[in-house]
Amino acid sequence: MTDAPIISIRDLRKTYRAGEVEVHALRGVNLDVAAGEFVSIVGPSGSGKSTLFNIVGGLTPPTAGSIHLAGHDLLGLTDAQRTELRKTTVGFVFQKYNLLPTLTARDNIEIARHIAHRNGPMDPKFEEILKLLGLAGRLQHKPRALSGGEQQRVAIARAIVNHPAILLADEPTGNLDTENSTAVLGLLRDLNQRLGQTILMITHNPEAAAYGHRTVRMRDGRIE
Amino acid sequence: MINKLVVENLKHRPLRTLLSIFAISIQVTMVLTLVGLSAGMLDEQARRARGVGADIIIRSPSSSVINTSLNMSAGIVSLVKSYPHIVAVTGVLAQGTDLLNYTTGVDLEQFDKLNGGFRFLSGGPFQGPNDVLVDSYYATQHKYHVGDTINGIVNRSWRLAGIYEPGMLARLVVPLKTLQDITANTGKVTIVYAKLDDPARTNEVIEELKQKLTGYQIRSMQEYTELFSVNSVPMLKEFIYVVIALGVLVGFLVVFLSMYTAVLERTREIGVLKALGASPAYVLNILLRETTILAIAGSILGILFSYLTRYTINDVIHGSLIQAIVYIWWLIAAAIAIVGALLGAIYPGLKAARQDAIEALAYD
Repeated sequence: MTDAPIISIRDLRKTYRAGEVEVHALRGVNLDVAAGEFVSIVGPSGSGKSTLFNIVGGLTPPTAGSIHLAGHDLLGLTDAQRTELRKTTVGFVFQKYNLLPTLTARDNIEIARHIAHRNGPMDPKFEEILKLLGLAGRLQHKPRALSGGEQQRVAIARAIVNHPAILLADEPTGNLDTENSTAVLGLLRDLNQRLGQTILMITHNPEAAAYGHRTVRMRDGRIE
Repeated sequence: MINKLVVENLKHRPLRTLLSIFAISIQVTMVLTLVGLSAGMLDEQARRARGVGADIIIRSPSSSVINTSLNMSAGIVSLVKSYPHIVAVTGVLAQGTDLLNYTTGVDLEQFDKLNGGFRFLSGGPFQGPNDVLVDSYYATQHKYHVGDTINGIVNRSWRLAGIYEPGMLARLVVPLKTLQDITANTGKVTIVYAKLDDPARTNEVIEELKQKLTGYQIRSMQEYTELFSVNSVPMLKEFIYVVIALGVLVGFLVVFLSMYTAVLERTREIGVLKALGASPAYVLNILLRETTILAIAGSILGILFSYLTRYTINDVIHGSLIQAIVYIWWLIAAAIAIVGALLGAIYPGLKAARQDAIEALAYD
C-alpha cells in the first residue's frame, strides 16, 4: 500500500429524481483511498453505498463535488469518457455475478479483454491468477454449469483481467453460502496482498467488511 | 470474440433463431418464386416463338408482347410473301383461352414450310375443322390422349388429333379458319411469321417491309424474343416491386419482434457489457451482426425453398406455369432480406445501445 490516494472524493453529492420527488442519495461524501488499499463500505439500505459505487465506477455522473480516480476527474467526464474509464481503470464484481450466460467462463473473461481492445493471448501471469482463483479446470464451462462460488471467482477474474486501478465489489458474497463467502473474501484479500490490487467493497456483513484494511460506514448519504 | 458472442446468443434461443430464419426465408422464396415465374413464363414464350423458325415477325401497330387482342388483315400474308428473299410466310390468330394460355389458329400447310411443322409424339395433323393439337406439356397437365374430346376451348368441343413436342408456337393449336370464324375474326391474323432464304438479309428485308407497312411492328426474331422481359410486360415490374416491399416489411417485422424480445431478455447482459466498458456502438454491433446472420441464413434457406417451389410448380402441379431459377436475383433477394432485417433491428438495437447500465444491472 502507498500513501498516494488513488481515489479522492470531496463533498460529493448526487441528487436524482424518482418521479416527482428529488432524492439526495449523497449529501457531501469525503473519502480518500490509497493505492493498494482494501476498503470496506458498510451501511444500511438507502445509505448511499450503491450510489457511491456507481459514481466511482463511472456508471453515473455525480451532481456536485469532486472525485478523482487514478488521475481522472470524474465530474466533467462525458458518457463516452466514462465508458472509456470503465474499460481500463475500473473492474466490477457484482452480487449476482452477472456473467454472460451464453459464453464459457474463459470467454466471459476474454470479452472483457476484447472490449478493452486487448486481443491476443492472455499473459502467463494471468493464467497463474486463474490457478490462484481455482478456475484452471473450469474455464470451458458455461455459467449454468458452475457453482455460485465458481461463478463469482470467474467474475473476479473478469474484473481484474485488464489490470484496473481499482476493483469495485458490490456485496460480492451476498448470494453465497458461508464456505464460498469465506473463499471469495479470502481471494479478494489475496489479490490485494499479492498484486497490490486496490479494492473498494460494499457489504452489509461486518465479518466480510473485516477482510479490508479499514471499514467506512455510511448513513443518510454521508460517511459517519 | 464478438462473433463468438453473436453465435452463442443465436444458439442460446434456437427456436427463436430458427423461426426468424424460416420467416425471412419465406419472403426470400416469395420474391424468388415471383421473379422465377415471370422469367420462366417469358422465357417459355420466347422459346416457343423461336421454335417457329421464322426470321421476321410482324404484328399490328400498338400491340405489345403479351397483348394478342389486336389483329390485322390476313391480306398482309400475301403482301409479305411477294417481297424478295421471303420463302415462307404464315399468319396465326391467337385467342386467349384462360389466364395463362392462348389458343392459336394455324394454317398447317403454310406453317410446315417455315420449319417442317410440329413434331408429333402421338397422333398427327388436323383431320377436320374441329380438331385440336396440344403440346405434350399441356396433354400431361390435363391427362389428354389422342382421340379425346376436349370441351371448353373457345366455348366449343374439339377432337384431340395430335400431341407434339413442346417449344413450338403455342400449347394449343386449332385450324386457323375455324378459329377465325368462331371468334368473328374472319380474314384476320394476330402475328405474321416470315422466313428468308438468307437470314443475313433480315435487317435489309425489315427496312423494305417498313416502307410499305407503315406503323406495323416488324422485328427480327432476335429482337422480338429479347422483348420477352419483365420490362415489356405492363405492370409486372410494379407487381414485383409490391412483392419486394412486402418482403421488406415481413423481414422488418420478424426481426423487429425477434430482436426486441432478445433485447428485453438480455437487458441485464447489456448492462454487464456496458459496465465492462462496451460503448453503445459495440452493443449495437452485436445486434446488427446477429441480424445479418439471421438474414443471410434466411436467404440461403429461401433460395433452397425456391428450388422446392420450382419443383412443385414445374413437375408436380403440371400447371401452365414455368418457374425459372434466376441467379442474379439470389443476390437481390438476399439484399432485400438483409435491408428489411437491418431496418427491423434498428429500434431494438438503439434501445439496447441507449440502455442505462445501472437500470439494466438492476433488471430481473
